Amino acid sequence: MTELDYYHYLRTLDAEPIEIAMFRDAMITFRYQMRLLLREPIWIVIVMVQPLLYLALYAPMLDSIARTPGFPPGDAWQVFVPGLLIQLGIFGSMFVGFGIIAEIRYGTVERMRVTPASRFGLLLGRVMRDTVVLLIQATLLTLIAVAFGLRVSPLGALITVGIVGLLGVALSSLSYAAGLWLKSEDALAPLLNMVSVPVLLLSGILLPMTLAPPWLRHLAQLNPFSHVVDGARAAFRNDLGDGSLVIGLVAAALLAVAGLAIAVRTFQRESA
Amino acid sequence: MMIEARGLARTFKSRGSVVEAVRGIDLAVDAGEIVGLLGPNGAGKTTTQRMLATLLVPTAGEATVAGCDLRRDPIGVRRQLGYVSQSGGTNPAAKVDEELVTQAQLYGMSRAAASTRAGELRAVLDLAELGDRVIKTLSGGQRRRLDIALGLMHAPRLIFLDEPSTGLDPQTRANLWTHIRDLRDRSGGTILLTTHYLEEADALCDRILIIDAGAIVASGTPAELKRRISGDLVTFETDAVERARALLCDHADVRDVTTVERGLRVTVDRGETQAVPLMRALDDAGIKVGALHIAHPSLDDVFLTLTGRSLRDGPAA
Repeated sequence: MTELDYYHYLRTLDAEPIEIAMFRDAMITFRYQMRLLLREPIWIVIVMVQPLLYLALYAPMLDSIARTPGFPPGDAWQVFVPGLLIQLGIFGSMFVGFGIIAEIRYGTVERMRVTPASRFGLLLGRVMRDTVVLLIQATLLTLIAVAFGLRVSPLGALITVGIVGLLGVALSSLSYAAGLWLKSEDALAPLLNMVSVPVLLLSGILLPMTLAPPWLRHLAQLNPFSHVVDGARAAFRNDLGDGSLVIGLVAAALLAVAGLAIAVRTFQRESA
Repeated sequence: MMIEARGLARTFKSRGSVVEAVRGIDLAVDAGEIVGLLGPNGAGKTTTQRMLATLLVPTAGEATVAGCDLRRDPIGVRRQLGYVSQSGGTNPAAKVDEELVTQAQLYGMSRAAASTRAGELRAVLDLAELGDRVIKTLSGGQRRRLDIALGLMHAPRLIFLDEPSTGLDPQTRANLWTHIRDLRDRSGGTILLTTHYLEEADALCDRILIIDAGAIVASGTPAELKRRISGDLVTFETDAVERARALLCDHADVRDVTTVERGLRVTVDRGETQAVPLMRALDDAGIKVGALHIAHPSLDDVFLTLTGRSLRDGPAA
């Protein structure tokens, strides 16, 4: 390509709608990031070890708990596996901020910020990579749980994996925002710990919140992730008309939109 | 005119105090020029360049870069600018061509065109066989040339190089300079580089802007700047600095005397012929001279004269 060709091309770019440019930049970034990830595929597997351990070493204990009063409808697997999927959605995505800190250090973030590429596209491509990986992991985990004895309708499982995908968008965006803001692994690690433990305990992932005393249940109502977990459990019971499924889906979608909005604002700040 | 800046300034707030990194710089760079911003670390060179590259918003002033207004059309600036930062910007786990092709795609080039262009640039920058290599296996010089290739993928009319040869050994540096000169000679591109190496500014730049404490203190071709310190510099090493100074200050041949480490430095018209008589005069007065050194002015001397400190000692001197 000669330089003249290139300037001709620049002029055609000007006529391109901004949404198309944004999506193209997202796809370029997605392919680039995916290729880098697939060079070290071991990480995709390592993230799955934790939920698999829960499935093998924790879930069997739930059979007896499922008989206690206050346990929600559905058998132990139908209650626990959706929670495990949501947990994967949270913990599988919230550490991506470490990756952006490494990229800041390499200088690749700054290099891409001097190109005309859309900031939103650069962010979205990364979030898409994380979400695709997460969806594969969630699907695998569901299939393995079926092998363990889970009974779930395909549609219910599909909806739940979709909810997990929305959570992935939310949490990887927020993690990128935190990474861009803090720019240091030493600051990001304690922040993630501080946020993740209360989110986990107040979500009903490990044990359903119906077992909790009233004050704890009310506190959990404030945690959007607890609604997402309730929604996922309704989907797993194939209770598709249940109001908690709608609330869960809306909560997950709002988290995704809010996460992306916060992250893109952080990405657009000059000092990011 | 490729760059025109008026009153460009940038302040940083840190822990309650305000730091004026750049204090109102005026700048004009013509198409086809290689212009160097020369100054010690912390002088404001990189901040100036980052403002002109749309990475930092100026606190005051305005600029037109490659025909686009810096504030109103940053995307226009980005399209025409190739920016190579001081630390470079490559992922060590990526392959050379992955970085090159992705970079060009972000400028709107098709994958096929980007691939062709990557091959061309690798050939030009001595990276021909390295397209499939993982970046962490490259040498420092190869990685620096890759940084430059990344900045050139979209054939920019204007190129910013921030400290292009920092951290490279002398041989690699000389080789890189050849590439930078070729860049301009081949494509007629305009280059704005920052450096704190006098040799680099001297070897590469058509014009130098000397920048100190956030302001441009002098500008001109390397030869013009050196001419501002006319004459040669003769350094006498002696312990009797005060007596020697009194004697030399009164001497007819001496135009200027400054105290330096372990002695005095005097400015004379012709060092080769005037140094020895001066030394004899000192000797006759009973002042022991340990060593004698004659130097023609360097850019460091220009800097010393303009700012009262040496460029080599860094900002703390």
